[in-house]
Amino acid sequence: MARGPSLNLSIAEKRYATNAAPVLAGIDLTIAPGSVTAILGPSGIGKSTLLRMIAGLDTQFSGSIQIDGQSPIDAPPPGFVFQDPRLLPWLTVLDNIRTAGQGVDTATALSALERTGLTSAAKLYPRQLSGGMQRRASLARALAMSSGLLILDEPFVSLDRALVGEMQDLVAEIIAADQPTTLLVTHMPEDAARLADRVLILAGQPAKVVADIHLPSPVIFRDRKDITSHLRTIEGAIGFRTRPEI
Amino acid sequence: MPSAQRHHRFLELASIPLLLLFWQVLAMLMAQRLFPTPLAVGAELIHLATAERLLPDLGQTLIRAGLGFFLAMVLGTALGLVLGRVRSLDRLFSGWLIVGLNLPAIVVAILFYIWLGLTETALISAVVVNKLPLVAATIREGVRNFAPEYDELARAMRWPLARRLRLVFIPQLMPFVLAAARTGLSLIWKIVLVFEVLGSDGGVGYRVSLFFQFFDITSILAYTTAFIAVVLAVEYGLLRPLEHKVLKWRADPA
Ligand SMILES: Nc1ncnc2c1ncn2[C@@H]1O[C@H](COP(=O)(O)OP(=O)(O)OP(=O)(O)O)[C@@H](O)[C@H]1O
Ligand SMILES: [Mg+2]
Repeated sequence: MARGPSLNLSIAEKRYATNAAPVLAGIDLTIAPGSVTAILGPSGIGKSTLLRMIAGLDTQFSGSIQIDGQSPIDAPPPGFVFQDPRLLPWLTVLDNIRTAGQGVDTATALSALERTGLTSAAKLYPRQLSGGMQRRASLARALAMSSGLLILDEPFVSLDRALVGEMQDLVAEIIAADQPTTLLVTHMPEDAARLADRVLILAGQPAKVVADIHLPSPVIFRDRKDITSHLRTIEGAIGFRTRPEI
Repeated sequence: MPSAQRHHRFLELASIPLLLLFWQVLAMLMAQRLFPTPLAVGAELIHLATAERLLPDLGQTLIRAGLGFFLAMVLGTALGLVLGRVRSLDRLFSGWLIVGLNLPAIVVAILFYIWLGLTETALISAVVVNKLPLVAATIREGVRNFAPEYDELARAMRWPLARRLRLVFIPQLMPFVLAAARTGLSLIWKIVLVFEVLGSDGGVGYRVSLFFQFFDITSILAYTTAFIAVVLAVEYGLLRPLEHKVLKWRADPA
């Protein structure tokens, strides 16, 4: 499968209302094709806002975002895993996956369900799933789109630790196999240390990128030792860059 | 759970026979002429259906109710959608809606009969005007409750309009349409008969008012029974199966 697109962000300012304080300002980034970028920052800093702008869901900002040279709205739709599972409650799990993008065939949907371990839940309605299963279904839907751009907004939040490990492995497998350009929003440095090539730390008001860390060692071959050392790097950056400012 | 469910099902099935039994006992306690037994009414029902005008009367009433229901649902849904979506129009017309909801049905009917004469059009218009505000108010409430998250999902997926309507809009609207249909239908059954008494040349209400002039209680009850049978048939044959099918995703699996 082809690698994902490259991203060019040049956001001068993002406000929700003309007289409101800006949420984001001065964010200039280039994101490499097929890379995994973790975006870290405290609650309410503007992480979801940034993702929504990249996905073309929010165009009310000054500056530009380009996905392989196209504006987010003209670019192919990303696979988006929202902060909440956001399955359509009136469709079965299988039908939810089949609605992905402009619609995918049943075989594709079933294979996405298989990859996320949900084959036996295909005929159930979302309310019949556990929270973890709903999150996996949401991931399956994003996978079924086979978009080059994968956007994950806190995909592991409110899962228990065993499930987080499982989901991380799943995401790592997908990234290795499909090589999408991946944006992973999280507030857990552990997620970034496990999955990301690059870590952006957002802080301040308006939020800016206060640290931009490239993590060596490819995600697939990362062992426990690498992860621990990455974690130390990230936590160091968080402590150093954010504490004095806030 | 299954055994409790079977139990509930049995109670539901027993409810109508129980009513008949209750009626029989009550009739036996009271004077026959003022309150005939179900058996007497049943016999009269058969007679009216085979030798008299029960079936055409029922048909006429059903057509009126059906037409009024259909028009009120279509127009009320359209109006509710507009009011739910367009703030300024909602502000402007919400007062009208409150007036509409509280207009006495009988006044509406009388006005229409005066304006349009004792015609089918007047009767059906009166039904529509009576029911429309209720439908519009229910649908408006539904539209206001739409979850913006699903719209965002639709935009993220770049769904075209037709797909958005089918996957996001209609499923969210359906529970409210069904609620409006249910309350609307029970309202219409009642007002159609009243309007028929007031001014028409046939139908269940008209016939019952004739029987009233002769104090023919058996025939009145026979007509009522036939009418209620139709209402129940619509409820169990049409509305409930439809609700079950459309709202399956909300209910617990049986
Ligand atoms: N639709 C909106 N209208 C107005 N303000 C908003 C809107 N959405 C978000 N905000 C504001 O923008 C800021 C950033 O919100 P955002 O959801 O992007 O934060 P976040 O980093 O994703 O937080 P969390 O980790 O809690 O999800 C917050 O202060 C929030 O109040
Ligand atoms: Mg968020």
